[in-house]
Amino acid sequence: MLNPLAAAPRRARRLDRAIAIAGGAASFSTLAVFGWIVWDLIRLGLPNLSWHFLTGEVETAGRSGGIGPVLVSTLLILLCCLAVAVPLGIGCAVWLSEFVRRGSRASRIVTGGVDLLASVPSIVFGLFGMTFFCQVLGLGFSILSGGLTLACMILPILVRTTLLALEGLPADLRPGAAALGLTRTTTLRQVLLPTALPGILVAITLGVGRALSETAALLFTSGYSTRWPDSLGESGRALSVHIYDLAMNIPNGSPNASASALVLLVLILLINLTATGLTERWTRHLSGTTS
Amino acid sequence: MSRSRTDRFVQWSLGGLAVLSGGLVLLIVVFLLLGAWPTIQSGLLSHLLTDETWRPGSDRDPQFGLLPMLAASFLVTALSIGIAAPFGVAGAVFDRFYLPPGFRRWNHRLLELLAGVPSVVFGFWGLTVLVPAINRLHPPGQSLLAASLVLSLMILPTVALTSQAALRAVPESETLAAAGLGLGRARTIFSIALPAAKSGIGGGILLAVARAIGETMAVVMVCGNIAEFPSSLFDPVRPVTSTIALEMGYASADHKALLYTAGLILVLAVAALVGWLAFRGSKNVPASG
Repeated sequence: MLNPLAAAPRRARRLDRAIAIAGGAASFSTLAVFGWIVWDLIRLGLPNLSWHFLTGEVETAGRSGGIGPVLVSTLLILLCCLAVAVPLGIGCAVWLSEFVRRGSRASRIVTGGVDLLASVPSIVFGLFGMTFFCQVLGLGFSILSGGLTLACMILPILVRTTLLALEGLPADLRPGAAALGLTRTTTLRQVLLPTALPGILVAITLGVGRALSETAALLFTSGYSTRWPDSLGESGRALSVHIYDLAMNIPNGSPNASASALVLLVLILLINLTATGLTERWTRHLSGTTS
Repeated sequence: MSRSRTDRFVQWSLGGLAVLSGGLVLLIVVFLLLGAWPTIQSGLLSHLLTDETWRPGSDRDPQFGLLPMLAASFLVTALSIGIAAPFGVAGAVFDRFYLPPGFRRWNHRLLELLAGVPSVVFGFWGLTVLVPAINRLHPPGQSLLAASLVLSLMILPTVALTSQAALRAVPESETLAAAGLGLGRARTIFSIALPAAKSGIGGGILLAVARAIGETMAVVMVCGNIAEFPSSLFDPVRPVTSTIALEMGYASADHKALLYTAGLILVLAVAALVGWLAFRGSKNVPASG
């Protein structure tokens, strides 16, 4: 495309080659370092990975045994988080997209608040969760406190991504539904939400990925217990916290920390691949309906 | 369009959810302020900047010097951006102007996956692989250098992806016109594409700065956690976020209030960055459109 190079003076050609080499090296080394990290995690983690590791009890503070209860606690924290964040986030996005005019003061205040929330560092969510959920609401160090704290944290992703999905819907759906005499509620339930569903699923998947990879917000909210959780009011240790604790506080915890890190990495990659796949299908699906 | 009763009910309940979502950040700031209030009230605030060391738990002579931690946060952030920005931007230029389109999609996908790698995984890798390597070079290994390197890896995908988006947003007509005028590819990059994408690339770098300031896990595992001014790259440091993560579990009274104050400082710093970015963005949009 850009090829007047044949006529370019020699200096320009040399500069062009220098940029190509520097840029290529930067690109390649970025990917190579990440390849190195993944390889290290596989090398260190895979020998300790087994079915027994995934389902077994945590023994001797994590040095031996498995991560069964930790996985269950992680799942429960995630479910609590989604149970609160999904209705809140989708409700907020629907209101912003369907019930207020874009650029109006109400819409600007709410989106501004949500964007500010997105900028809050995760350790501060941890501080807030510990004060508000654990102490003020009296939930203590529990799976519920951890889930609620994470819900605050992933709320902005849910709102923003769902909003994108709703705003990306074909513009003629709304007047079309109104012309058929449908009420706004029916339009929403029967037309808009089903059409935007793939986009909303992307939002939820991204939120799950973010929640699963979070550690700092859970340090002082969900607790450190490694027993099988009996209820949501009990303390339970998330997988990411388990990795941190094994690596930092438990002598000789490193082998099992590697295996846990590998499990977390694989889970996150799978979730993010799902999100990418869903997004690509969603864009194709949309371009199909509009053309 | 007539409004049924259900419509009004739905509108009000969704509005309630929206107000809750938008107001949550206020609730967080209020709780931080309440927690930090004892510091402000008892005049400890000045100690944060004047005390020389950090010994908040000591009964006889507690010292509340926050400066070494603020300096550590600043240094770690600046160094990691200094490493990540050239790599990210150079990679993005390569992606836009040299990489065949077929590879571009894969590059993009890979970077997106990398952006999602959990910070605790970076921290763990840093602790088990990078820190021993630095230790062989110059003990103790857990250091300003280790923290900056791990953090730069963490923010690199963000810088690369935002720079790519900014370069892709430069209209093809402009780069083609440059070619038509006989400018070489190198000249097109430096005189047309990079100046046009400057604002977008800068915005991406600022976002990465915000992320770096607030990052906890990747840093706390490799920085050494000693609250003193570092005198070299190989000295251990302790940024603000690590201090909160390490001490919140047992802090009480004044000490605890100080940690809330530290949290408040973090929130204000990041919010100021992001707010400025949004303001800049809203000013730029009408000018370019």
